[in-house]
This record gives sequence, C-alpha cells and structure tokens, in this order.
Amino acid sequence: MTEASPAKAYSLHLGVIALLFALSFVLPDYHHGLIARIMVLAVFAMGYNLLFGYVGLLSLGHAMFFAAGLYGAGLSVYHLGWSVPAAFLAGIACGALLALVIGVLALRTSGVAFMIVTMMFAQVFSLLMLYFAVWTGGDQGLVVQQAARVLTLGGTTLDLTNPTVRYMSALALFSIVLLATLAVVRSRYGRVLVAVRENEERTKMLGYDTFSNKLAAVVVSGTICAASGAAYALLFGYVGSSFASVQYSILPLLWVLLGGAATALGPLIGTLFMYYVTDITSGFTSAYLLIVGVALILLVLFFPKGIMGSIRQRWLGWLP
Amino acid sequence: MHFGPHLLLAALEGLVTSAVLALTALGLSLVFGVMRVVNVAHGEFFMLGAVLAWALSTAISGHPALGFVAALVIAPLIVGAVALVAERMVLRRLNYNPEATIVATIGMLYIIQQLALTFYGPEARPVEPPFSYRILLPWFGYSGYKLSVVAASALLLVATWLVLTRTKVGLLMRATQYDSETAQAFGIPVDRVYGGVFALGAMLAAIAAVLIVPISQAHYLMGQDPLLLSFIVVIIGGLGSLRGTLVAAVLIGLSDGIISMFFSPTLAKIIATLVVAMVLVFRPQGLFGTASR
Amino acid sequence: MMPLLTTRGLSRNFGGLRAVDNVDFALMPGEIRAVIGPNGAGKTTFVSLVSGRIPPSSGMIVFDGADITGLPAYRRVRLGVAYTFQITSVFANLSAYDNVALPVQRTLTDGRSKGAVKAGVMAALERTGLADRAHMPAGQLSYGHQRLLEVAMGLALKPRLLILDEPTQGLADSEIDNFIELVREIAKSATVLLIEHNMPVVMQLADRITVFNAGRILAEGTPEQVRENRQVQDAYLGAGHD
Repeated sequence: MTEASPAKAYSLHLGVIALLFALSFVLPDYHHGLIARIMVLAVFAMGYNLLFGYVGLLSLGHAMFFAAGLYGAGLSVYHLGWSVPAAFLAGIACGALLALVIGVLALRTSGVAFMIVTMMFAQVFSLLMLYFAVWTGGDQGLVVQQAARVLTLGGTTLDLTNPTVRYMSALALFSIVLLATLAVVRSRYGRVLVAVRENEERTKMLGYDTFSNKLAAVVVSGTICAASGAAYALLFGYVGSSFASVQYSILPLLWVLLGGAATALGPLIGTLFMYYVTDITSGFTSAYLLIVGVALILLVLFFPKGIMGSIRQRWLGWLP
Repeated sequence: MHFGPHLLLAALEGLVTSAVLALTALGLSLVFGVMRVVNVAHGEFFMLGAVLAWALSTAISGHPALGFVAALVIAPLIVGAVALVAERMVLRRLNYNPEATIVATIGMLYIIQQLALTFYGPEARPVEPPFSYRILLPWFGYSGYKLSVVAASALLLVATWLVLTRTKVGLLMRATQYDSETAQAFGIPVDRVYGGVFALGAMLAAIAAVLIVPISQAHYLMGQDPLLLSFIVVIIGGLGSLRGTLVAAVLIGLSDGIISMFFSPTLAKIIATLVVAMVLVFRPQGLFGTASR
Repeated sequence: MMPLLTTRGLSRNFGGLRAVDNVDFALMPGEIRAVIGPNGAGKTTFVSLVSGRIPPSSGMIVFDGADITGLPAYRRVRLGVAYTFQITSVFANLSAYDNVALPVQRTLTDGRSKGAVKAGVMAALERTGLADRAHMPAGQLSYGHQRLLEVAMGLALKPRLLILDEPTQGLADSEIDNFIELVREIAKSATVLLIEHNMPVVMQLADRITVFNAGRILAEGTPEQVRENRQVQDAYLGAGHD
C-alpha cells in the first residue's frame, strides 16, 4: 500500500503472466485445459477478493454475479444468436447491473446480516434460474453450440473451442484483471477501500462517503465476477444452474482464504492449489465436499492469512 | 374435493410443517441468541438426526414403534455429542468470532453432508411410522401420526420454554445471552453454557428430524430446506427472540403449506426468500422483535 | 463579525437522559475555544452533534451561515469541520504515511498527481514532527505519536474548524508543551474547539472557555472570568476533580 517498490510489484506480476504464457507451450493436454479453467475461475476469485479482502465485506452470494455473467453471455448466444464480443459484454452488463441493485440493498446491513442477505439474494437468483428452466435449461443446463463460439476480429477468425485459443483468451482476461486490480488497490481509491475495512467510522470522519465507496466496490467486484462467468460460458460452452448454487458462493471465499485475502496473487494461488488438491485426491476419493469442508475449517482455525498473506508477513513485506 | 376441505388439508399439512419448523428454528435461534453464532450447519444436524433415525429403526427389529422410540432418544443424543465435539474443537477456538464461525460452520456443513453421502448413500429411505392410525374427517382421512407430531412438538416447545424460564440452567443461559462478560464476572461458566447451548440447538433439530422422517423419508440433502426455512423464521421472528420464533414458525409453516398447495414450490420459495431478505434489509430487528442491543 | 459556528436549542436524548440540553452556542472565526466540565457533562456528545457523528434530537447547527443540521458527517468534513477522536483511532495497520494520505488526497482538487499527495502528506507529518516515522505502521507508534498522528490527519483536512477531543490525555509533560505550540500554530489558519481536562493547558491556550454541566452551558467567558466564576468553582473545580 505504501508508495515503495511499484516496479518490483509490477515485475513480479508480469513475470507470473509470462510464466503462464510459457506454460501454454509445455503443458500436456490435460493440464493445459485445467490451467485455462483455473485462470478463468481465478478471475472470479479476484473479483471476490476485491470486496472481501480489501473492503472487508464478506459476501456469501457471489455466485449470483458469476452466474449473471454466465447466463447473460451464454443465453444471448444460445437464444439470440449474438456474436461472442456482444455476448461477453452482455454478460458483464448483467453482472454490473445486478451488483448495483444488490449493493444498494445489501449495504444497508453489515456484518452477519450482510452475509445472510447476500446468501438469500443469491438463493433467489439460483431459484429463478431453475424456475425459468424453459430458457435457462434448469439444472440440466445448456450446451452453447460450438459453431457460435467463434470470434471474428477483422479478418482473422478465432475458434474459442480450440485449446490454444481458449488458453490464450483465458490468459488475456486473467492478465487484464490482475493488472487492473493491482492498479486499483495501489491507487488512492484502494487506500480508501482498505481504510473502510480497517475503521469505517474514522473514514467517514475524514470526509469520505463510505457508502458510495462500498457500493462502487460491490459493483466492480460483481462486474469482474460476471466477466469470469461470461468467459466461462463462451470458452467452455456450458451454462447451468449449479454455477448459481450456494457452493459457488463458498468456493471463491475458500480460494481467497487459502491464497491469502487482500493479496493480488492470492486468488490465483488459492484457486490453483484447491483445484489440484481436488484433482489429485479425486484419484482415490470422491469426497470432494469433505476436502472443501476440512480446508475451510483448518484455514479459519490455523491459517487465516492464507498462503500469500503469510509469505508477505514473514518474508516479502512489499508484496501487494 | 371442494375448496374448503382443500384449504383445511393444506392448513393441516402446514401445521405439521410449522411444528417441525418451530423446533428446528428454536435450536438455531437459541444458538444465535446466546452465542451470537450463525450456525450454517444447523440443517445438517437435522439431516443427521433423520439418517440416524433410519439406521436405528432398521437395526432394531420388532414392532416399528420400538425402533422409532429408540431413534427418538438415541439419535438426538448422538447428534448433540457431535455438535458438542464440533463446538469444543472449532467454534471455541475461534473465540466465537461471528464471521469466522460462519465460515467454519459452512465447513461443517460440507463435512457432514459428504460423510452422510459416503456412508448412507444417495438414496431417500423411508422410516416406518410407530403407528398408522387414520383419523376420518367428513371429507378425507388424515394421518393420526401427523397430528401426533404436532402434539409432540408442542409438548417439547413448552418443555424447552419451561427449562429456559423456570430452571437454573435456563437462568444461566439467559444471563449469558444478556451479557456474557458480566455473566462470566459473576462466576457463570459461560464456556460450558456455550457448549451446552450448541449441543441443545443441534438436538432440537435432530428431534424435529426424527419426528418428520416417517412422513418425508431420510436423504443426505434433506438439511437444506429446513436450514433456509429456519433462517426465515428466525429472521422474521427477530434474531434471538423465542416468542417471535414460535409465531413466525406457525406463520411460515402455514403459509408454506398453503402456498405450495396452490403454487409451484419453487415460486413459493423464491417469494419467501425474497421477502425475508427484504425484511433483513429494511427491518433488521425482525417483524416481532424489538431493536437489538 | 459573523460566528463561524452557531447552535440553537441543540438537544440530544439517550433514552430518558438529556445528554445535551437546549444549548445555544456561538464560536467566532480564529478563536481557540476550550470546552470544559465534569465527566458526563455532555461535552463529547456536544461536539459529536457538531461533527455529525450522531444526529440531534432537536435544535439546529449553523456553520458559516449554512444550516448543516441534516448533513451527514462526511459532508460536514468537506465543508471544513474536522474532528479528532478522544480515543485514538488511527488506522493501526496502515503506515503513518497512508493515514495522512487519506485526508490529503481527498482535499486535493487537482486529481491525479502523486507528487501533490506526497508533498501534502510530508508537510502535515513535518508539522507534527512525525516525518521520520512516515513508513511505520501507525499501530507501532508510541501513544504520544499516535495522538500527534491523529492531529496530523485533522490538519491534513485543511479544516476551518478543528475539533480536538481531549488531545493531551495520556501525553507526557514534555509532549504537552510541544502540543500547545502546535495548537497555537494551527490556530493561525483555523478555528479550534478544544475539549480538555488539563486546566493549565486550557488556561494557556484558550481565548474563551465554555463550561458545560449536566448538558447545559453553565458559564462562558475569558479564562479569568471563568476562573473567578463562583458557580463554576462549585460545580466543577470544587467538585474534587483531579
């Protein structure tokens, strides 16, 4: 947060992006696909982190923002035959609008009530997706046609179902969001967000309209999550109500807690770690939820700062 | 069937829901009221009660009533023990921090659910009711067992209320609820009260589940709806207010029974959840509660 | 000259208790005004009403000719009413620099330039003698330095009215002397409203003193007048106050 060492921070993050780029050429097929998926979901986690980590607002309903992007993009391709860029923007717009409405309502509460209210709004959203199964496909979901998932830019045609294109698109989104959130949290606005987390009353007495700042954070956070959802629908071609379920509100919390709240790289590390733990253990147990449950409890009990948070505390104080 | 009898049937079904819901929600409300902990795993304690009831009643041969009674006694005790262990090992170490305990109870939810799936399986299994007497009304017959559930639940609610208001244990709990630091200073073993309250809350959910399982079957995902409905009841009734909880349980149970008789259950759930979220946003002390301290 | 701050019939009830009772108060620009009174006299409640931290039960507050009774606290801060907390509430996990940067960046109108923020922050830190501790987390500063940081944050708001709530509480004598100098310095550019228990500090600093008792203004005047006032001696000085 201090003015020190911006160069160091940016080079570290550019280095991570370069590493992910290089991995594209060496990873075996299976891991190549997995990392692409992880990058998209890490964007979801980064959006969550902005609100939870920096502003200190613990939402239990972020699945609705992810799903708003997912359905917004997926359904406009599926039903309206929109092009990929239009659908992507539609998804983001849906998420931003939803976040604005939810923010105005939910921010009237705080603490535990905020957690419950966001959870309930997400529950309503998820039930609505089931209720309107005629359009959304309900819990079966919809598969977005392969032919529609083609991006035409000028003269070139990019087939989003092609693994390399998919990987690079995911990386592009991930990089933009990573650098953008890094810039936001290092900016003056980021300083205000942290101040709200640390002591909202004091921040007000410095002349800040904390409600508006929090609302802006909810909208930015929701929009990033929607971008992740929209990208998921377009890159992986599936839209379903499971993505709106409570579980998908809990997962970003888990990823961020694991990776380290209020760290720029924490969301990626957390998502990566959790995905691979699940992947490796799935060889000998199907008890996926058990791992999630145990991880949550162990994290809050013994490791509340997460991986990157602990590294920052012990070794690298400059880490953003 | 005409509209009147139809409505009566819906109301009876709603009353059964109310009875079970009141018990479950009372558990959630006690835990929140005394400990300020939002127990997201509450529905899983309910489910655990039902699954154990199935296990016990199948393990015990002979008349179905025998197995049922055994389940009614043993299942809540096991669930209470599980809750106590969870409270000692996790919640206490978190110092009952509201946000950390929510995350931790979400963890418990997943663990219990997964263990139930692994050891009990994905099937829904019935438990035979202890008796199958049908009460004949002029328009339709109605299950005597269902009415006995209402009676049993009412009895238990009265008993809990008496414990809370008339006994020393209840006094300790109320003192802790009112001001845990002062209570501690006056030598009340706040720590043990917390453990006991968390176990008691889980046991109430388990008893409710044992009562309902002959009607609705045991399933590893059956905890979700009671959790949601209990939240609704506790929020509408005012967080931590027992009287409000009871009134809200009857209100929600009846309207749930009646609404889902005439509308799609999904739509009913959507409306109910939305209404409750709005109550929490605009009237956080609940409809019946007074402003929180 | 028009008063900078006026309150008319200002009252605030907590349950049955009338913490501030029908207070008419006026403060002239450039003044250093001390508010004194026994514990529970309503001093802190009064300045909380002025700063907008709590809403009044009745009455009105006028700042620089405008009615600000209904304005939220943050809007009053923007008009120039700054409040420093009685209980130190700096952002413990942020550096001293960031603590001061928060008010500085808000008062800057030129927007983007990082240089301007830095210059403003360092100026405020230098005025309070904290410049060499800019990058320490505020929570690790000594108590006296945290009080000074609190003042630096208030200063950085470029206030027209600076409300200091018991600023010398817990400070060592040597620190208090520096503090008196600092307040005199501040008073050159801002009006100061000071709640203070330390009578020597009050007598040295204040142009005028307002004495509160049981939610009402008991007396008001120059330090000499207040010192001579019989009622004040009975209610306050004679009440065995430390």
